[in-house]
Order: sequence, then structure tokens, then C-alpha cells
Amino acid sequence: MGKTLAEKIIAAHAEDVESVSAGDLVTVTVDVVMANDITAPIAIESFQAMGVQQVFNPDNIMLVPSHFAPNKDIKSAEQTRTLATFAEQQTLSHRFQVGRAGIEHVVLPERGLVLPGDLVVGGDSHTCTYGAVGAFATGMGSTDVAFSMATGTTWLKVPETMKFVYHGQRQPWVYGKDLILRTIGAIGVDGALYRAMEFTGPAIHDLPMSDRLTMANMIIEAGGKCGFLPFDDVARAYVEARATRPYTAYHADEDAVYHSVHDFDLSEMEPQIACPYSPDNVHPISQVEPEKVDQVFIGSCTNGRYEDLAIVADILQRTGREFHPDVRVMIIPGSQAVYLDALREGWTELFTVAGAAVSVSTCGPCLGGHMGVLASNEVCVSTSNRNFRGRMGHRDARVYLANPAIAAASAIMGRLAHPDEL
Amino acid sequence: MQFEGKVWKYGDNIDTDVIIPARYLVTTDPQQLALHCMEDADTMFASKVQPGDIMVGGSNFGCGSSREHAPISIKGAGISCIIAESFARIFFRNAINIGLPILESPEAARDAEKDDVLSVDLVAGIITNMRTGKTYQASPYPPFVLEIINAGGLVPYTRNVLGIEITG
Ligand code: SF4
Repeated sequence: MGKTLAEKIIAAHAEDVESVSAGDLVTVTVDVVMANDITAPIAIESFQAMGVQQVFNPDNIMLVPSHFAPNKDIKSAEQTRTLATFAEQQTLSHRFQVGRAGIEHVVLPERGLVLPGDLVVGGDSHTCTYGAVGAFATGMGSTDVAFSMATGTTWLKVPETMKFVYHGQRQPWVYGKDLILRTIGAIGVDGALYRAMEFTGPAIHDLPMSDRLTMANMIIEAGGKCGFLPFDDVARAYVEARATRPYTAYHADEDAVYHSVHDFDLSEMEPQIACPYSPDNVHPISQVEPEKVDQVFIGSCTNGRYEDLAIVADILQRTGREFHPDVRVMIIPGSQAVYLDALREGWTELFTVAGAAVSVSTCGPCLGGHMGVLASNEVCVSTSNRNFRGRMGHRDARVYLANPAIAAASAIMGRLAHPDEL
Repeated sequence: MQFEGKVWKYGDNIDTDVIIPARYLVTTDPQQLALHCMEDADTMFASKVQPGDIMVGGSNFGCGSSREHAPISIKGAGISCIIAESFARIFFRNAINIGLPILESPEAARDAEKDDVLSVDLVAGIITNMRTGKTYQASPYPPFVLEIINAGGLVPYTRNVLGIEITG
């Protein structure tokens, strides 16, 4: 019987077993353990409470200060220092300082630190992003992260896999973001609970890596455990240019057993919007009231990559327009590498002249931390992944999730807008 | 482990951002976190919750981020046990890992009303609604999970596995 990607990668990491099937409980070795400035402090506390002296491997532990970076207040500064002190004590090989890093889910794939066939445990729910390069990557809480830092292992239930197949030609202004929003809208925020998601089909092979990372990023918004995009030529080229060590790429078997298979025809699909207050409240843009917006946020681990900023730059250059004077536009590159690219491309100037606040890389407004927190009843179009109540600020603020082109058009028009309106 | 408590009832898809909003994640102290627990869903909760009360949710309870602060804030608020129709995966692990009892029972969760009193036998997984007298059998824990619960959480479990003695 054929195997899914999740089954193959878990089997390769499982102790004393040749093959595994959905439903099995197994102990596995982990290749990479990640935590951020919010989750690492508790992980470090638990690690110390376990009485463990040393991490299992100082080369494989990544502590990335991203959420409140640069430190937004004294308490967050203390948290970041906890990370730095621990990294120093444990002589971790990879250090992620403000100004040299960014959001973990942008930085780790970009630097080739998470690779095909890896098993990654991360103290952040969007760890599933690394499925875009073919890693089994899943979010866990801090104490689970501490266990993995201590032992180099974790326990897992082998997930069932749902397969998503995308056909047809993508329409203009439709990106990976729209594919994943459409998918979450179709199956719901618990539609993939405890399961893996494999994204395949001819339309997927057309997508650049940035769009694939966006799709894998939002698996958790459907409740998924992990997910995978195919290791094809596009993925190989991306990984080969970055890999920091040898890796093994896996492919799902033709006769793998799936929980379910879902087909999507993209030929008539419009850009998709997730309306307040849930990532599964998804509608095609033509069906959404063109509400006036107070803020537009372009960035995050979902859409803060080079290609995302390129879309915004292209719209500004092609239309010669500026952002609407009544809208606060925050453009925040997902990593310092992206920030530098934006500088070199002249986009930092372009965005600033158009009226945006462009900043160093941080999660910032995505989780209502800083750099653009919303007041009551304010409306925001955001390229991030969550629009829960209170996520970006006041509980009555309303967040629409969209792709970068919609975000840019909305920032120009001062209301939710389609780029064709420009 | 047997306990009884009053119900705080919530709906489906209670996410970690409403359990503990990110703006408060600058501390790991359970008491500090408890002050803001459920703030964006129920402004009364943090001030009115009594030690031993039971939280009841719908499906996909605890969805969203991986923040362990979510179960920590609930435990810090004095909640003795969460019963839901289903739990989000990361939240489920986190609660078990920090020793916050959680039980999955769609029927018990649906039938419970605010201010009902539930009696819970954690080991047997039996929930009794004292208002109606009805009893429910919760889903059994997988064996690994039971080992962690029996050890008192993942920290003591790890010490056992690694053979680390507690000193001082
Ligand atoms: S950008 Fe947003 S979703 Fe991504 S890691 Fe940061 S807070 Fe989480």
C-alpha cells in the first residue's frame, strides 16, 4: 500500500519501525527545533525545570526574536534577552539578532536551514510553513519544544492526509494566498483538524516558492497539523541554492491512502477575501462590500517576501498612483534579507514616497504587538493569516485578509478594492 | 482525581487570541496572564471565575497559535478542567503538558449550560451533570498521553525518561 508524504517522513525518523500508517503513535527524532521571543522563554524555563544541562544538538536549535522585535517594551526586552543568554550558554550555532534576521518562517527557509525530508518542531503554529520545501513541520507549545531541545525527539500521531488538487489557469491577480483562502473557506477552520494537507495539481507547479510558502503557512488556519507542496523543479532550484546540509526529498506514492481528495478549478476563481472574524469567512472579492479602510498591512510570514513586495511595487509603478491620504499603510518586509532587496530595488523609496511607513522586519501588527495596532471599529486590510477578534488590536476592529495586490489596491483607493479598478 | 465545579460555557472555535490576547504575552507568569484570560470573548470571566470552575467549549477549542500562555492563563485563573466537543491539536498537547486536565465529550459539552455544576472523574473519564443527573463517558486518552498525565506533566515525565533526579 502506498504512503503519503507525512507517513514517509515520519517513518524515516521513527525509532525501530520500517513504516508507519495514519493513526500510529510514534517517537521520532527531530532535525530542527525552533522557538520565538514569545514561546522560547517558557520553553527555556521548562528545559531548565527538566534538569537538563545541554540541548541535544547546538546546530539544530533556532531561537528567533520576531514577534515584539525590535523590543517594544521592557518586558519584551527581558524575553529577548532570555533567548540570547540561552543561545550563548548552549553555544547555539545559529543566532538571530534583530537587524540580521526577521520573522522565523521567512528566515529559516530563506537561509536553507529547513530542508526537504526534515522533521521540524517549532514553538509557533505557523511552523507548518516549511512544508513548502517538503519538510514535515508542525507547531507545538513551549513545553513540547523544551522536550525536543532536551532529547532530540518528540512523539507524534501519524496524521491522515487530505489531498487538494488545483486545475485550470489562474486568473490575473490570483495568487497562492487566494488558493489557500479558497481552500480554508471550503473546508472550514477545523476542516483539516489533526490532518496533513498535500497540495498538488498542474496549477501548483506554476506557483513560485513565495506563493507555496504562503499556502503552507495557512494550513494551521484549517486546523491542519502539517502540509506539503510538491518537490518539483521550482522547489529543487530554491532548495539547491540555499541548502546548508544534505537532505532527502520525498514524493507521495500514487496509491497512497488519503482521508479525502478535494478538487479546485481555478479558471474562474477571483481573488478571495477572508472577512471578519474568521479565516474561513471567505468570499470572492466581488461579493464583499467595498468598505472604507483605516489601515493596510503588507507583510507577515504569509506575504512578506520579495515577490509579495514586487506585486505592490509593480502596481504603484504601473499606475503612478500614491496611497490614499486617509489610510495608514504599513509595509514590513518578512526578513532583513527582504528589506535589503527592497532597498536595492528602490522599493523602500517608492513605498515611502507613495505614503507608506516601511519598517525593519518584525511580526508587529500581525498579532497586534506594535507597529500598527488597531483602534476600536477600525478596518484593516492585511496580507497576514489571522483575523480573529482582537488579533490586531481592539476586539471590535475588523480585519480583512487578502493577497498583496488587493492590499495595495485598497491602500490606494482607501477602501477594499480590486486592482482592475485602478 | 475527582472534582466538581461550575460551568463557564463558550461556543465553537474559541481561539488562543481570545483566550489570551497577544498584547499580554510579555510575561509567562500564570497569575498575570490569568488577569486577562478570555478578555476578548467574555469581559466578566477573569473577575468572576472561582477556583475549581469548569470551562466548557464547542468544537476546535483552542485553535490558532501555539502559545502555551493560553492553557497557562486558564489554569492560572483556577479552572480545574476543560470539557469540549473537540480540541485544536496544539492546545490539547499544551494543556496535557502543563497538567491542565481536558476531556473531549461532544455530548457533555453540548448539554452543559452556564452555571451548571459538573462532577468529573478524570481517571475514568466520567462526567456527571449535577443539574440533569446525566453521565457521559469522555474519549479515552492515547497511551502516551496517559503516561504524561500520570507523571504530572511533560516536565516531570521528561525527568523520568532521562533518569534525572530532582535535587534541591
Ligand atoms: S508574522 Fe504573524 S503569523 Fe507569522 S509568526 Fe509573526 S505573528 Fe505569527
